[in-house]
Amino acid sequence: MKKQVSLLVMKRLLIALITLVIVSFAVFSATALLPGDTATILLGQSATPEAVEGLRQAMHLNDPAIIRFLRWIAGLFQGDFGKSYANNVPVASLISGRFVNTMKLAGLTASIAVPFALTLGITSAMWRGTMYDRIVTIATIGIISVPEFMTATLAVLLFAVYLKWLPALSLTNEIKSFHDLLRIYAMPVMTLTFGVSAQMIRMTRAAVVETLNTPYVEMALLKGASPPRLVLRHALPNALGPIVNAVALSLSYLLGGVIIVETIFNYPGVAKLMVDAVSTRDLPLIQTCAMIFCLGYLALITAADIVAVLSNPRLR
Amino acid sequence: MTDSTSTGRPSMRLGYRFNLVGMIALGIILFWAGVAIFAPQIIPHSIGEIVDSDYFGPMSRDLWFGSDYLGRDIFSRILMGARYTLGISLAAVTIACFSGVALGMTAAVAGGWLDGMLSRFLDALNSIPSKLFGLVVVAAVGSSIPALIGTLSVIYTPGAYRFARALAVNVNTMDFIVVARIRGERLPYIIASEILPNILGPVLADLGLRFVFIVLLLSGLSFLGLGVQPPYADWGALVRENIAGLPFGAPAVIFPSLAIASLTISVNLLIDNLPRRIRDRSAE
Repeated sequence: MKKQVSLLVMKRLLIALITLVIVSFAVFSATALLPGDTATILLGQSATPEAVEGLRQAMHLNDPAIIRFLRWIAGLFQGDFGKSYANNVPVASLISGRFVNTMKLAGLTASIAVPFALTLGITSAMWRGTMYDRIVTIATIGIISVPEFMTATLAVLLFAVYLKWLPALSLTNEIKSFHDLLRIYAMPVMTLTFGVSAQMIRMTRAAVVETLNTPYVEMALLKGASPPRLVLRHALPNALGPIVNAVALSLSYLLGGVIIVETIFNYPGVAKLMVDAVSTRDLPLIQTCAMIFCLGYLALITAADIVAVLSNPRLR
Repeated sequence: MTDSTSTGRPSMRLGYRFNLVGMIALGIILFWAGVAIFAPQIIPHSIGEIVDSDYFGPMSRDLWFGSDYLGRDIFSRILMGARYTLGISLAAVTIACFSGVALGMTAAVAGGWLDGMLSRFLDALNSIPSKLFGLVVVAAVGSSIPALIGTLSVIYTPGAYRFARALAVNVNTMDFIVVARIRGERLPYIIASEILPNILGPVLADLGLRFVFIVLLLSGLSFLGLGVQPPYADWGALVRENIAGLPFGAPAVIFPSLAIASLTISVNLLIDNLPRRIRDRSAE
């Protein structure tokens, strides 16, 4: 029976790998095959045709797309991400520092959002139908239906403009003490936490409610188990798989949120770098940032799937 | 009391009963739709005209929502912005759901390698985060309005496909489909006359949800300066234009955001409060 699980997990990993190839092809073709000749863009409107042709040769732009795609993939595997068009610096050196910053932001958000959301999600499922549950449900629908930049602007308005507790911008190189660190990270992390938690609360609540509706929970109720015991001993162990699945899926929402949050708070992370690269049409930089984000996203949803497989005792 | 006994069928066409929240949500959606259609007739000031000597002016009797960063009337600009936000999103969601549902039903009925290929490919596209997808495509094709509609519809086609396929697979196993096949009906007939009417309700509810996602993504892109470009402005672009007014708590930043929120929350609430009959033939 164990063999069956490892087979399923292997299958999921294989699917993830195939997906990654398709995704990288999509990213490459979106940036490289569509209109806008790179050499002309780089040299500007006034460049002579000879100069443009020379640059095309030097950058191998005349090769067929499939060759360029394979060369790009081979480069990625060797850690060669190409050079930024905008300032001719290797992409790797542009990204490395900022990647750490983004991971800090994401890690901090996750460490706050996960316990917070699980508590709210499980308790609202326990007391479903009560006022508490309805308030939580309405609040989460509200937050999910609102764009991230609105949560962010409202947070700035409340905490920086009216209450004057926090600075409106985050600049990580000005950190001198733990207090500064708190002040700077507070608002970006808060905004992200809101969005991620809302998703996670909804999914956790749904998973727990589903378990609470099963016959064996009803049986436990009938034999006289107390409500906490009912939830903690009988429902939660069975809801664990779906909950971890929900956590991984909601964390992937971080990737979208981080793009807006880094821009609005001027936070020096990969997402801000990518948005700037899009405005300057810096293709190698866009491609690499996009691949980083897709890889992270794919890792999270694959992890969610694998957890779902592992937590199902019928497959073990 | 009396009418429940007098008619055998409690609901006729469009006779669905909405609860209060659903009614309010529907009212707000219809309000915005009306605004989008009649915007040029009802705006109090021309959207390009500078009507206030001060920028980021406060709310007043003449300028209901204050003035923007150039002293233009933000109320008029929001009314006109409704056209772009609603128009682009509606066009994109229509294309996305039409192609997604058509492909999904075809894949479910045809099965075999076509189903496998389509599902594998579209699932892969689905695993690119939507905002990121938007950024990459905008970088490549620019952000003219037709390009935006195209981009948004491509991003949301895989989701619509997945949803419709899951529903259609269920319907496809029903006896009446088998009967239709034995009768010798061809694929287009089975899809259009046997499958589609049976999945229409949930598909329309899904269309509403996808509309919300598209409004949010479009606003997000515009907010980043990569969506609708000046001189046009949708609600996201209005927030971006006036973000400098945030330190003063200018109404010019707040009201466009509220407009987006009122629309998206209303659509979500309407779908949540739809009669079960429409909503609950879900994919499970």
